[in-house]
Amino acid sequence: MKKLLTALLFAPLMALASGAALHLDKAPDVSGDNAALQNGAKLFVNYCLNCHGASFMRYNRLTGIGLTEQQIKDSLLFTADKVGEPMRVAIRPDEAKQWFGATPPDLTLIARARASEHGPGADWLYTYLRSFYRDDKRPTGWNNVVFENVGMPHILWEMQGQQVLNHETHKLELAVPGTLSPAEYDKQIADLVGFLVYMGEPIAGLRKQLGIAVLLFLGVLFVVAYALKREYWKDVH
Amino acid sequence: MAANTNFEKYKSDGSIPGNVLEWVDARFPATAMWKGHLSEYYAPKNFNFWYFFGSLALLVLVLQIVTGIFLVMHFKPDASLNAAGVPVAFASVEYIMRDVPWGWLIRYMHSTGASAFFIVVFLHMFRGMLYGSYRKPRELIWLFGVGIFLCLMGEAFFGYLLPWGQMSFWGAQVIVNLFSAIPLIGPDLSVWLRGDFVVGDATLNRFFSFHVIAMPLVLIGLVAAHILALHEVGSNNPDGVEIKKLKGENGHPLDGIPFHPYYTVKDIVGVVVFLMVFSCVVFFAPEGGGYFLEYNNFIPADPLKTPPHIAPVWYFTPFYSILRAMVWPILGLDAKFWGVVAMGASVVIFAFLPWLDRSPVKSIRYRGPIYKTFLTLFVIAFVILGYLGTQPPSYWGEKVSQVCSLIYFGFFLLMPWYSKVDKYTPEPERVTMN
Repeated sequence: MKKLLTALLFAPLMALASGAALHLDKAPDVSGDNAALQNGAKLFVNYCLNCHGASFMRYNRLTGIGLTEQQIKDSLLFTADKVGEPMRVAIRPDEAKQWFGATPPDLTLIARARASEHGPGADWLYTYLRSFYRDDKRPTGWNNVVFENVGMPHILWEMQGQQVLNHETHKLELAVPGTLSPAEYDKQIADLVGFLVYMGEPIAGLRKQLGIAVLLFLGVLFVVAYALKREYWKDVH
Repeated sequence: MAANTNFEKYKSDGSIPGNVLEWVDARFPATAMWKGHLSEYYAPKNFNFWYFFGSLALLVLVLQIVTGIFLVMHFKPDASLNAAGVPVAFASVEYIMRDVPWGWLIRYMHSTGASAFFIVVFLHMFRGMLYGSYRKPRELIWLFGVGIFLCLMGEAFFGYLLPWGQMSFWGAQVIVNLFSAIPLIGPDLSVWLRGDFVVGDATLNRFFSFHVIAMPLVLIGLVAAHILALHEVGSNNPDGVEIKKLKGENGHPLDGIPFHPYYTVKDIVGVVVFLMVFSCVVFFAPEGGGYFLEYNNFIPADPLKTPPHIAPVWYFTPFYSILRAMVWPILGLDAKFWGVVAMGASVVIFAFLPWLDRSPVKSIRYRGPIYKTFLTLFVIAFVILGYLGTQPPSYWGEKVSQVCSLIYFGFFLLMPWYSKVDKYTPEPERVTMN
């Protein structure tokens, strides 16, 4: 019996221990910071949208982060003619598959899809985009600590510079500095990830605000409902 | 008291609404239904916390049907790819989430409602086990309830395919493949169920049909039968005593109070508290930590990419663990087959409870230590099985799930013995109020 109980108690621990430990850096929360989200949108359109689509995200949704339709038309509308159209990818998917070995995934929901027991999707993306390193064995010349043998090359390498993996310490080291300092680069990535999170669920802000209102209403309703119940039940003994 | 149709017909007081009601009542049992099921349905006055979950299950059923009606207006059960290369069904769910006004709220209510349904139904069933509500004369209520539970599992399984994400697709693939383990007819049966050799457009369309028409119809019918049977014999209560035994001069049970208004006003409090918890999930954690909406399901279904770890949704995991615990081929049949048998048995065995329990008393309040121990172990085993079902297979996981499966079935199969030999204290005459 004792053995059984021990086994039962330790089962969850065993299961936890069996999962591979993946350390993710915490992505700074930029939700509600329109300047950061707009910067993220700019980076997304300039760098990501060439190979990745965001087929559920309409350009005019960007009004939700403080841009006007005119601003969107003037500076972001590269892969569509009308502001109500979705952010389609510039590359043809079959060609992309030939070049990279796999079709680059649609990124609309990537921040939600990348969540796991290791942490939120934002943390995964934030770590991933800062974990590329030089690897001559890969066709693109790049590899990634978080996503081993990834087909994607380091698109932002000019900003970050070139990292190498120290095989003794298993740590990344900056071999060739980029145009940005590490802190500046991290900020850019934080903005980009913030935008990806926003894109995954544009109504998230409204959802939380509404939730507070709904709970307040239910709180008042509870007081009334409970008083009513008390009144009716006075004579039940 | 219940299902009494001999109520006097309504007599108008001469007013226009009164005349209308008299006209209707002469042609339809309006007064009889109102009185028989609500205002003169006498329920025990000592219901406690556990008695909220029946009405809450009804509430969630209504929520699911109403939100479902609106989702069907925009959802497209179509596995073909759209211009952007995304399956139409998956894209239509995102369309609901983004472009349909308030679509996100309706969808989150529906997806949270699915999990909420199982939570309230599990608690409702546990109430029945605590207080022996399945015992004579309530066996049929319990059987209809088991039928509801089976339907609910089917309804949830069919519905889970519809968003056509990776987990939808591979979950359905795994479950339908289970049927192929049945000897002789298995492989053909699974093709027949899918309508194809793999889960595909044919599967999506038929699951949609089952989810929005077949299952809800059966479910509503069973719920009606469940409630009618309950009102025929009257509710059990935490003391497990029959309130009908002692009636007052007016013919009403001494310990009974009319369902309406007493329990309607009480259940409204339960509903408000439930809605608060429900809203916390819908508005602040609609993914339910990856248990209510699985992260992998934000990736469109891809028949060429098997996810590294396929787990069913949380409410299936206790039963799924029992399936995985069966690792021995017996009688020359695949272990998988016995797993399916064990999983099926683990659900159906609830139906036999009324005849497995031989205790002289119904409620746990008057039962002895053996039953209490077995029930506690059963709940612990159920929770551990549920947890292990969410985890990838492992050596220790397998061993523990085998032990827990043994406890699970032991609870039922040993009940005729331990419920009889267990000590008990005699039930009181009247219900107790705390």
